[in-house]
Amino acid sequence: MNARLVLELQHVGCAYGARPLFRDLSLRVTDGQVLVIAGANGSGKSTLIRVLCGLQRPQHGEVRWWRDGVMRTPAAANAWIGWVAPDVQLYRELTARENLQFFARVRGMPRHSGGFDALLDDVGLGGRGDDRLAAYSSGMQQRLRYACALLHDPPFLLLDEPTVTLDARGADIVARLIAARRRHGIIVIATNDPREEQVADVIIRLGQAAL
Amino acid sequence: MSSSGSVRPPSEAAGWRHILDASLAVFIKEVRSEVRTRYALNAILLFAVSTIVAVSLGLGPIAPRRNPDLPLIQAALLWMAILFAAFTGLARTFIQEEDARTAAALRLATPALAVFLGKAWFNTLLLGLLTTVSATLFLVLLRVGVADLAQFGAVLALGSAGLVAATTLIAAIIARASARGALFAVLSFPLLTPLLVVAIRATALTIEGVTWAAIGPLLQILAAYAIALFTASLLLFEVVWEA
Repeated sequence: MNARLVLELQHVGCAYGARPLFRDLSLRVTDGQVLVIAGANGSGKSTLIRVLCGLQRPQHGEVRWWRDGVMRTPAAANAWIGWVAPDVQLYRELTARENLQFFARVRGMPRHSGGFDALLDDVGLGGRGDDRLAAYSSGMQQRLRYACALLHDPPFLLLDEPTVTLDARGADIVARLIAARRRHGIIVIATNDPREEQVADVIIRLGQAAL
Repeated sequence: MSSSGSVRPPSEAAGWRHILDASLAVFIKEVRSEVRTRYALNAILLFAVSTIVAVSLGLGPIAPRRNPDLPLIQAALLWMAILFAAFTGLARTFIQEEDARTAAALRLATPALAVFLGKAWFNTLLLGLLTTVSATLFLVLLRVGVADLAQFGAVLALGSAGLVAATTLIAAIIARASARGALFAVLSFPLLTPLLVVAIRATALTIEGVTWAAIGPLLQILAAYAIALFTASLLLFEVVWEA
């Protein structure tokens, strides 16, 4: 195994009740590559993302994350993964800075690590760090999800509907993020937007049984 | 965009120090959220206050000569008020995470043990407050004379510890269910019945006034229950949380 980072799926399958979403998915993605999971609404894109980050177990098959020759299952690879999804909420009663401080601390990062302001600037939330999330628009909340996902500098980024609710500037920030992070990591994008498929090195089309 | 280099990544080892620090972060987050929203505090205090006030208005101060089992009845009333107020509030720490859809981010970032410890500490604080308010109202409004306040406090503290250990785990189990209220009561009943029986008897003894030697075995049972439930919860929580 020569690549530093590898994502492996071996015969992965999932069903929603009696309805199969996808089955027998096998692939290998290495560092520098972007995997796009495409498909219509309800085709299982978000389910597959949840399987990749360990929040849901597949009914069949196995997912493996490799980093420098060390293999982990998704449930044990949390420290390696950053995840952005529209249905993942942060704490509305807390400010943006308090959310970042909380997630930094529970991830075991140094208690007084600086850089929150720089991170907020990076996602276009500079100067709004002391506002509570309850006062944020949906687009601003999506930007903060990116800040939280990047907090621990993960080599693997899972982006579910990456530009949903974002304005043009926000979408531009995400495009630059993908361009920068793909050089030294693996990015997985779940989308039904054909424009977002253009960054793909590997595409899975769910609902068509094609790989 | 590059991620900010000045935020240092975490160390991979999730040792005990990390778990304790993360649990403290969860506890502080819970306190901060509660202070700003008062979801649980309002519910449990209103329930406890209204129950004890209603009981005191309905019964009035009960003269000891009217019933020889009076200490037992008074103790049962106090523990019923604490139990049902706890039911309304203690489950909210997990239900709120599921309802607000923050549980997934918490699961992905935080060791399961740290989540349990942080939530259990917060529930201990909440139940401590509830028990203090309930017991004070109980003593004042029902004009209950407790022979030894230290014994009374020890029984309440150990009983509350057992209540927290049991209800925190049950709250995590029911948080993703639809009929949460009923499920919480159904799961709690077999677990909490032995605790309540002993706590009520011990509280009654403290009202009657007995020696420490006489109440000692009941305090030991309450302590053993709390330790056993807390240990079982520690062992089971990861399975429940990540199911």
